[in-house]
Amino acid sequence: MLRFLIKRTALAVVTLLCVSVILFAVAQVLPGDIGRAILGPWATEQQVQALDHQLGVDRPLYIRYAVWFSGFVRGEWGTSYLLNRPVAAITLGRLGNSIILGGFALCLIVPTSIGFGVLAALNYGKWVDRCISIVGLSVIALPEFVTGIIVLAVFAVGLGWLPASSHVPTMNPLDWFRQLLLPSIPLMFILFGYISRMARAGTVDSLRSNYVRTAILKGLPRRTVIWGHVLRNSLLPTITVVSVQTGYLVGGLVVTETLFSYPGIGKLVLDSAIGHDLPVLQATVLLVAVVYMILMLLADILYTLLNPRIRLSS
Amino acid sequence: MDLPENAKEGMDGVEDDGVGWESGRRGTKEFFLALLHSKTFVAGAIILVFWIVDAIFWPLIVPQDPEAITPEITLRAPSWAHLFGTDDLGRDVLSRTLAGAASTLTVAPAATCLGVIGGVLVGLFVGYYRGIADDIVMRIVDSLLAFPLIIIAVLVMSILGPSVANVILVIGIVFTPYVARTVRAAVLVEREREYVAAARLLGNSGLYIMFVEILPNISAPIAVEITIRLGYAIFTAATLSFLALGIQQPSPDWGLTISLGRAFLQIAPWEVLFPAAALATLIVAVNLVADGLRQVLEE
Repeated sequence: MLRFLIKRTALAVVTLLCVSVILFAVAQVLPGDIGRAILGPWATEQQVQALDHQLGVDRPLYIRYAVWFSGFVRGEWGTSYLLNRPVAAITLGRLGNSIILGGFALCLIVPTSIGFGVLAALNYGKWVDRCISIVGLSVIALPEFVTGIIVLAVFAVGLGWLPASSHVPTMNPLDWFRQLLLPSIPLMFILFGYISRMARAGTVDSLRSNYVRTAILKGLPRRTVIWGHVLRNSLLPTITVVSVQTGYLVGGLVVTETLFSYPGIGKLVLDSAIGHDLPVLQATVLLVAVVYMILMLLADILYTLLNPRIRLSS
Repeated sequence: MDLPENAKEGMDGVEDDGVGWESGRRGTKEFFLALLHSKTFVAGAIILVFWIVDAIFWPLIVPQDPEAITPEITLRAPSWAHLFGTDDLGRDVLSRTLAGAASTLTVAPAATCLGVIGGVLVGLFVGYYRGIADDIVMRIVDSLLAFPLIIIAVLVMSILGPSVANVILVIGIVFTPYVARTVRAAVLVEREREYVAAARLLGNSGLYIMFVEILPNISAPIAVEITIRLGYAIFTAATLSFLALGIQQPSPDWGLTISLGRAFLQIAPWEVLFPAAALATLIVAVNLVADGLRQVLEE
């Protein structure tokens, strides 16, 4: 098992290196002359060259990559072109805000989706099952900004229950719901379909298995069979989906945070992309990649711990 | 996404008698009859055809010029004169909603074509020849898939600059690895079949076998992939428009309209709700078609 985890970690590091090279190439090579891109078409050639030199972008590419990447590893992420503040301070603060929103959303999404998925499986083929499947299939396809704007129109504008733009909540638990409930709903819609479908498929499979039949024939109460035999096995594949979808959540945050003006990392990616703030953009996207890889790794570890077949081999 | 179902499919593929996933026993006529009997497919197809007809013929349908600015009647609620109300520039929301289908239904199919062509080429080559190229390409594909799609799109769009051609290009490129993975998986099954071995013994070239022998036999998974990708292309294109990185003003594009109109959500929700509903019906329709097609092909 230890070997499996070491292999997984090494793979994640290699993928991260690949991502950093691709990211660097996209951000530094594609825009052409960076000084020109910042100063616009009316700057003189001298001004452009002076800025290029000041930013260090007149040096060869591999040196720039080495400087940037070693800086990223050491936590020196440079200075924002637009805000003229250290990138690390901006980015890490925003990441914290996003973790609050994403964590809150997940706490709502995972139990709800698994609950409905299991409910659908226990009512396999009946109307409850069909309703859950149809709703799941429909909401999964809708972009976050479509569901988000409808939620905003109904709950913030129409009923006036919750604010239309969200801030970072204070420690008060009520404030958490007040600030984060609306932005969580579009994220919830997308993930609900995947997670509930997975939980349903897993539960249906294990309901048909021999060990569940044995447990029922042995005369165990229905509740014991479901909690002790069915769910333990059916939720295993669901965990993998939850972790993959948590990665998706990172992307979904770009749209949701923009729509609700929430100061998270997704909004930072978009703002720095639109403002051509390369140091912020590179650091933020690489940071997102790091977070994503850590989540995947955690999922692998969790999956390994829960699956005796992997845990006990080797 | 359904792991257990996929696993089951793989096992069926090993056991069956050489008839592929698309089941060559059935003729074209039976196939279309089965499609017409699928409620999911028919419901989706009807809505989809409505939007396609609208996207092509909207200049004939719209009650008013979607770009005609009338300062006297800004932000009017729906009425008989303006069924969906008017927006912040006094433009007719119904006309703009009808006209907005055109940009989405140009960008999304074009991007899907690009992604499918790229993905089929890559998937066919690495799936048929395997070897080290397969390992390298699949590693790259995996690291691309291991990243939120929308962040890649935002990154590239911000650097290339927003334009219709760039939206198509970016979505096409981002979709290529997804299609390649599906096609490769199908090719891996097909290349072990007798007809491929026979074609090889007859001395046919690799190119001939890939495109003339294997490609028609994996048309079913490719067809399903096209419909699924089309749904995601609409999703992604609309999202990029919403993020102000896609189609630009004064286009009546739905994503863009929602992005600009949300400032007026308090006083004129109809300006964004009708385009949002239109986009929702289009995406659900494409997904219904994809689902119906998949069910019929898998029977």
